[in-house]
Amino acid sequence: MRFIATFVLAILLMTLDHRFQYLKDLRAAVSVVAYPIQTLVNFPVSAGEWMDESFSTRESLLAEITTLKTQQLLYDVRLQKLAALESENMRLRHLLDSSFKVGERVLIAELLAVDMEPFSSQVVLNKGSRHDLYPGQPLLDASGVMGQITKTGPLTSTAMLITDPHHAIPVAVNRNGLRTIAIGTGNPDELDIPHFPNNADIQVGDLLVSSGLGGRFPRGYPVANITHIEIDPGQPFARVTAKPAAELQRSREVLLVWPREPLPHAAPEPAETEEEQP
Amino acid sequence: MAHVTRGGGMIIIGLSFLAALVLTVIPLPSWMVAFRPEWLALVMIYWCMALPHRVGILTAFCLGLILDILKGAVMGQHALALVVVAFLTLKVYQQIRIYPMWQQALSIMGLLILYQVLIIWINGIIDVRSSAWNYWLPIFSSSLLWPWIYLLLRDIRRHFGIK
Repeated sequence: MRFIATFVLAILLMTLDHRFQYLKDLRAAVSVVAYPIQTLVNFPVSAGEWMDESFSTRESLLAEITTLKTQQLLYDVRLQKLAALESENMRLRHLLDSSFKVGERVLIAELLAVDMEPFSSQVVLNKGSRHDLYPGQPLLDASGVMGQITKTGPLTSTAMLITDPHHAIPVAVNRNGLRTIAIGTGNPDELDIPHFPNNADIQVGDLLVSSGLGGRFPRGYPVANITHIEIDPGQPFARVTAKPAAELQRSREVLLVWPREPLPHAAPEPAETEEEQP
Repeated sequence: MAHVTRGGGMIIIGLSFLAALVLTVIPLPSWMVAFRPEWLALVMIYWCMALPHRVGILTAFCLGLILDILKGAVMGQHALALVVVAFLTLKVYQQIRIYPMWQQALSIMGLLILYQVLIIWINGIIDVRSSAWNYWLPIFSSSLLWPWIYLLLRDIRRHFGIK
C-alpha cells in the first residue's frame, strides 16, 4: 500500500515539477534540509582557503598588495578615460532619445563545491531568495557571462551555465553588431553558434557580447570568443564554435546582476532592437 | 504494520544516511566522477535488509527527495528509484541475508541495475541528454564496494546494538 502511494506520489511530483513548475515552495523547503549537507561538503574547501589566508607569510602578502596596487593604478587610469567616455556616450544617447543606462545593482556570491549530476552544467550558489535572487537572473564572473539562476531556495540557489545543452543566450558580434544566438553543447569549453549564414562577416577571434535582446541578460557583457569557423557550401549555415569568455570551470566568486528593471520575464526592449542594427 | 521502537540507534542510522548523502555530492577528481558509487542506494539497501521494520519505503522516499535537490534533478526522480529498490529489498531481504557475500553482491547489482534503468528512463522522458555508458560504471563500483559497506555497517550496528 505504502509502496503504491509513494510510487504514485513520486510520479505526480515529477510531472508537476517538469511540466508545470508548481513545486517552487516544496523545492525551497527541501533545499533548506539540503543546505547543511552542502555546507558540510564545502567545508574542507573553505577551511583550506581560510588556512591559506591565515598562514600566508608576510612576504607573500606584501607581494600581493604590490600587485594589487599596480593593478588598481592601471584600472584608475583606464577609469578616468571611461568616465569621460561614459558621460559623452550618455550625452549622445540622450540626443538620440535612447533609454540605455549604465550601472546596475550587483551582488557577489560564492559557488559551493558540490558535484551535481555529472552531465548537466549546473552550479550551486551560497545566496538565495533571501538575498533577492530570482530565477532567470544573470550570473557573471570577472571575465564574462557565466549563466543564469534556475532555482532559488531561501539560502542557496542553482544556476545553469551557458554551456548547458538546454541553454541559449542572445549575443552580438562586438566588431559589427551582427546578432545571433549561442547555444550550449555540454562541453565546458565550447558554445555552438548555429545560425550564421555562410557569407556572414565573422572571423576567428571575434568577441561575442550579450545583446540584451530577450530582456534577460544585460547587454554588452563578453560571452565568448569565436574559435572555429567551418564553411561547407552545401550547407545553408556555417559551423561556428566559440569558447566561453568566463572561466566556467575555475571561478569561485561570481557576480549576480540585477538588470535595470527587476522584471524576471521582461519582454524584449524595443528601444534596443533599433540600436542593434549594424 | 511497522512497530517503530523509538530512540535507540535513530541517530546512528541518520548519520549513516547523512554520510552517504555527503559522499554523493563531494567533489572528486574528474576521472573518478564516472565511477562514483551510488552511496545512498547502498546504505538504503543495507538498512532495509538489516532492519526492515524500521527503515522502509517512507524513509526511501524522503531521502530520495533530498537527493533530487542535491543533484539538481527533477523532483521525485531519485525518490521513485529508491522507493522501488526499497520495496524489492523488503520483499527479498530474508533470502539475501543468508546468501554468501559474492551472491549478495550480485543481487545488489541486480537492484542497482534496476535503479539506474529507472533513472535513465526518467531522464529520457524529460529529455536530459547524457551518454548512457557513464551510467553503468557506478553499478560496478557499487557492487564491488558492497561487501565493505555491508561489513562496516554490520559492525556499526552490532557495536551500538541497534535492533
